[in-house]
Amino acid sequence: MKIVLEGNHAASYAARLCRVQVIAAYPITPQTQIVEKLAEFCADGSLPARFIQVESEHSAMAACIGAASAGARAFAATSSQGLALMHELLHWAAGARLPIVMVNVNRAMAPPWSIYADQTDSVAQRDTGWIQFYCAGNQEVLDTVIQAYRVCEAVALPALLNLDAFYLSHTSEPVDVPDQAAVDAYLPPFRPRLLLDPEHPRAIGGLAGPDAYMEFRYDLQQAMDEAKDALVKADAEFRLRFGRGYGLIEARETEGADLALVTMGTLAGTAAAALPALRGNGARVGLARVRVLRPFPAEALRAALRRARRVLVLDRNLSPGSGGVLHAELAAALAGRPDPPLVLGALAGLGGRDVRPEAIAEAAAWALAPERHAEERLWLGLKR
Amino acid sequence: MARAETVGALPARELVSPGHLACQGCGAALAMRLVLKALGPRTVVVLPASCWSVINGPMLASAVAVPLLHAAFEAAGAVAAGVRAGLSLRGLDDVTVLAWAGDGGTFDIGLQALSGAAERDEDFLYVCYDNEAYMNTGVQRSGATPWGAWTTTTPIPRVKPHRKKDIVAILAAHRIPYAATASVAFPADLHAKVRRAAALRGTRFLHVLSPCPPGWRADPDQTIRLARLAVDTRIFPLYEVWGGADYRLTHRPRGLPVAEYLRRQGRFAHLTPEDVARVQAEVDTTWQRLLERCASTPRNRDTGRRDRKTSPAVGL
Repeated sequence: MKIVLEGNHAASYAARLCRVQVIAAYPITPQTQIVEKLAEFCADGSLPARFIQVESEHSAMAACIGAASAGARAFAATSSQGLALMHELLHWAAGARLPIVMVNVNRAMAPPWSIYADQTDSVAQRDTGWIQFYCAGNQEVLDTVIQAYRVCEAVALPALLNLDAFYLSHTSEPVDVPDQAAVDAYLPPFRPRLLLDPEHPRAIGGLAGPDAYMEFRYDLQQAMDEAKDALVKADAEFRLRFGRGYGLIEARETEGADLALVTMGTLAGTAAAALPALRGNGARVGLARVRVLRPFPAEALRAALRRARRVLVLDRNLSPGSGGVLHAELAAALAGRPDPPLVLGALAGLGGRDVRPEAIAEAAAWALAPERHAEERLWLGLKR
Repeated sequence: MARAETVGALPARELVSPGHLACQGCGAALAMRLVLKALGPRTVVVLPASCWSVINGPMLASAVAVPLLHAAFEAAGAVAAGVRAGLSLRGLDDVTVLAWAGDGGTFDIGLQALSGAAERDEDFLYVCYDNEAYMNTGVQRSGATPWGAWTTTTPIPRVKPHRKKDIVAILAAHRIPYAATASVAFPADLHAKVRRAAALRGTRFLHVLSPCPPGWRADPDQTIRLARLAVDTRIFPLYEVWGGADYRLTHRPRGLPVAEYLRRQGRFAHLTPEDVARVQAEVDTTWQRLLERCASTPRNRDTGRRDRKTSPAVGL
C-alpha cells in the first residue's frame, strides 16, 4: 500500500514490519519522529515491543546490547551528537556480533550547533564494525531497514542506516509499505548465535589475551567480507519479492566517462539533476552513488569506474587534516589500477548548506579543467 | 520468608567455583558467593568493568555457574534493563537479572545509567560491591573512597579531602521498592536481604561493603574483622529502605570507636588523632540522622511496596 511518509516515519514503519522487540532511544533532532512514531505503535498495540526511553544515547545502545544478548531483535535511532556519545558501545555491539539495526539521521557535529545535514557523524564511526548504508530516498529507507535485519542476522553484525537530515528525515514522499506477510516471508524471526540462557550458563565477553584477541578481529573482518555477498543476495531476493533493489552502489554511465561523479545520500539526487546539462556541454559525465560504505564496495566501484578518465567525489563530510572520507577511500581503492583515473575531491553541503544542480555543474567544470591535479581540493560554495 | 540466622543455614549449593582469580581475602569474591547462594541458579549476571571482570576468569572460563554478560564500565543499569526485556520476551520472568558492579561503576561512571534505570523502575537487582576505590586498576580514589583515605591518586599528604557519597540515599531518592546495605561479615543478614529483594519487582539495590586487603593495606585474614568493625563502629550500619522512605535497622551496632576500624588499615595510618576525631564526629552525626529516619518510619506501614509474599517487619 502506498502512503505518504517522511523519511523518519518510513524508518518507523519499517521497524514495525520487522517486528522489532526492543526499542531503546533518546530524543534528538532530527531523529525524534522515528521513535515518537514507534512509541505510538507500541501504545496502540500494533507493535508488541518493549520501548525503553533511556536517559542517554549511550544507555540506548547499552540497552540494545543487553536485549540482543538476551535474544531480542533490537532497534535504535539517533543522530549526530547522540551517535558520537554511543561510540564506545558501537564497538561493543560489533565486537559482540549483535545484529542491532540503528537509523542515524545525518546531522552536523557541534560546535557550532547545527541540526542540518552532514555525514561526518556517521563516517566518523566507520571503524566500529557496523555495516553502513546511506539512503537517497524514503522508499529506500524503508526497504533498507528490512534488508538490514536480514543481512545483519545472517552475518552477526550490526548495521547503521543513514539518511540526510531534513532532505529525507522531514521530507514526505509516497512510499510503498509492503504487507506484513510479505515481510515475514522475507525476514524470518531472529535466531541468535549466542544467548544468555540459564539452562546453558556461560560468560560472554570475558578477557581475551594476546593469544586470542586478534582472531576476534579477523572474524569481524571475515564477517564484513561475507556481508558484501549477503547484501547483494538479500537485495536480489528483495527485488524478486518487492520489485525494488539498490545494490552496493548505483552507477550510471560511469564506465569510460570523461568524468564520474561519486557521492553518498541525497547529493546523488542533485547530481543526477545536473547530468543532462553537463552532457549537453559535450562531456561524458556519469554518476555513482555509494549506498554501502561498510563493507567498502571497492570491487563494485572499480568495475563501475573502469576506464573513467577523471573522478570527482562529492563528500558531505570532512575528516579534518585529510579531506572527504569517501574521496580518500575511493582514491585508495582505485590506486592499484594500471591506468588510474585522476581522483579529485570536493567538500559539498557541509552543515546542510544547499547544493543546487548549478553548483554540481560548476564542480564538474572545475574537475574537467586541464590543469587539475590530485592534491587540489574544492570547497563548493565556500564564502571565502 | 525463611531467614537464615546462621551461616550454617545458608543454602549449601555453591554457584561460585573455587578457581576464581580474586586476591586472597577478597571481600568481593565472598560477596558474590553469598548473593548467588541466595538467588540460586535462575540468575543472569550483568558485569561492567570491575575487579570481577578479572575475578570471573578469562574467556572460556567462568567462575560463576550462571550466565554472565560482560558489559561496558558505565552501562550496567542500561544493559541490565535490556537483558531483562530480552529475557521477559522469552517468557523467562522467573530469572533474576543481577547487575553486579563495583563502587567505581556505581558511584561514579555508572551512576547515570543506574539512575535512569531506577527512575524507570527497571526490574533487576543491582548489587554494588564497594571496596572504596578503583582497586582493579591499582587503588585510585573513587566517589566511594572515605575522607582521609590514602589511594594512589590521593597520596600522602594530599589524602582524600572529600566525603564518600551516600549512595543508598541517592537510590532511595528514586523511591525504588528496596535499597539496603549489607556486609560480608553478616552473611545471614545479607542472605535475608537478597531474598527479600528477590521477592520484589522493580529496581532493587544492595550496597555491600567489600574489604580489599591490598587496597586497604591490610592482611588478607582481616577481611571479616574489618567488615564487622565497619558495621560495629557505625561507619557502615546495616539497614534497609523500603519504597524510598521506610528506613529500618537490621542490626544494632555496638558503637565501637572508629579508631578500632581505622587503625587496622594502612590506608588510614597517616591520620592524626584530630583526623580520627573528625571521622568520629562525622560518623556520629550520620548515625543520628539514620536513627531519626528509622524513628520516623511507622512500623509495618503500608508503603505500597509490591511484595510477592508478605514480608516480616525487620525491626529490632
